[in-house]
Amino acid sequence: MNLLRKGWRPVSVLILLLIVWELASHVFAIPEWLLPAPAQIGIEGWQSWPNYRNHLLATVRLSITGFLIGSGIGLGVAICLHIVPKLRETFYPLLILSQNVPVIVLAPLLVIWFGFGMIPKLVIIVLVCFFPITIAALDGFRQTGADMMHYMKMAGATKRQIFWKLEWPHAMPSVFSGLKIAATYSVMGAVISEWLGAQEGIGVYMTLASSSFRTAQVFVAIFLIMGLSLVFFAGIIFLEKRVIRWKSSGGGNGNG
Amino acid sequence: MAKLSVDNLTKRLDGNEVLENLSFHIEEDEFVAVLGPSGSGKSTLFHLIGGLYTPDEGDILLDGKKINGQKGSISYMPQSPSLFPWRTILENVLLGAELAGKKDPQAALKMMDKAGLKGYEKTYPHQLSGGMKQRAAFIRSLLSPQSLICLDEPFSALDEFTRSEMQRWLLSIWQDNKRSILFVTHNIEEALFLADRILVLSEKPANIIAEFKVGFPRPREEAITLTEEFLQYKKDIYNILKVRTTK
Repeated sequence: MNLLRKGWRPVSVLILLLIVWELASHVFAIPEWLLPAPAQIGIEGWQSWPNYRNHLLATVRLSITGFLIGSGIGLGVAICLHIVPKLRETFYPLLILSQNVPVIVLAPLLVIWFGFGMIPKLVIIVLVCFFPITIAALDGFRQTGADMMHYMKMAGATKRQIFWKLEWPHAMPSVFSGLKIAATYSVMGAVISEWLGAQEGIGVYMTLASSSFRTAQVFVAIFLIMGLSLVFFAGIIFLEKRVIRWKSSGGGNGNG
Repeated sequence: MAKLSVDNLTKRLDGNEVLENLSFHIEEDEFVAVLGPSGSGKSTLFHLIGGLYTPDEGDILLDGKKINGQKGSISYMPQSPSLFPWRTILENVLLGAELAGKKDPQAALKMMDKAGLKGYEKTYPHQLSGGMKQRAAFIRSLLSPQSLICLDEPFSALDEFTRSEMQRWLLSIWQDNKRSILFVTHNIEEALFLADRILVLSEKPANIIAEFKVGFPRPREEAITLTEEFLQYKKDIYNILKVRTTK
């Protein structure tokens, strides 16, 4: 019900866009190999489901695995850097540098080093996933309320208690923001890594389709990627709602 | 033997003397209020007793043991409630005891019951009013195992009505759960209504310029705030503070 009330605007815009697209491709007689009409894409998507089903599954598996490893590493790095300020000073700039290397450039190198197996693909996904999580978690750890920190210190809390009872729960909302970004990145990372050469995956399906000018299939692949990202995003939001129950609707304030 | 004794405490911050030769003591189960103008080093005093700062000179003794720079020797209630938004009220109230490794949910529930927080065990802090949050914060310090409670202007952010209600509430809870209390405030009436003894602090560098024994019998009713005696005390304290600050 709530979803309907809030969601009708974007959904109606989307439908309107599709209608315009559909009409335009008929009115201007755009050839199918250039830009297929939404209806054609829909039919293609429906009919070739058996063809891309395994590709889709492979990508889902790859991106979930990469996402889990990436988030784990991201959180681990954040905790290490937070607990040891010296490490943080040393590695923070390197962290940012690591994101300045374009993944597309890095990908062929990784293939040279690790071959065509799972490893280079996972490395790419982990690389795009861990960064938003690390940054978000670090900020969350640091921005604990001064009042609460003062109370903990006066009450004689140890460093470990301060971390687990104050900083960690306080960082949860930021960690989830990071996870949401990482979840959508992980699908993108998976597709890019599949372009490099893989047996199956949406990336492979897409390359095959575009090289044979089956534009409708390329669009099917694009919509699959979008849908997958959305589903991952929704999954994280679902998790967030379960974990963070204490947030007031107006946003929690540090004062409590 | 005094519960807490502070001997010739001196503390300098950034080259300025904040406390100078400050000495006082608190007896077992005594309610002592420290009254002073804003910026008179009250929070520095708390930082010292709480162990966040170490004194430049002098000693702080709790039950005869030196606690200079030792964190966690006292139980503390800050000016803002500082409840943790992700913990329910029950979990918040237990935090102080939890940090010391002595959690007793049963006792906490009983205490919440008596303190007028029944039915709020499972709610989160953002659902409570300011006064209710402060009640929870006080219960948290009361349930902590330390025997001395330091309260840092706990009611200063509340409106006048809630504040006087909270003062009566605090007295009734304390009556049944006696502890030694060090209560910092800049409100003369509050100090008079609550405390057994009032220490008046000077401006920086702070030391004690006057001490009043407040002789009203306990349990106290709000009516005492309108008596001749109460007003006389108030005048005396006011004059001391005024003379000092206008000098």
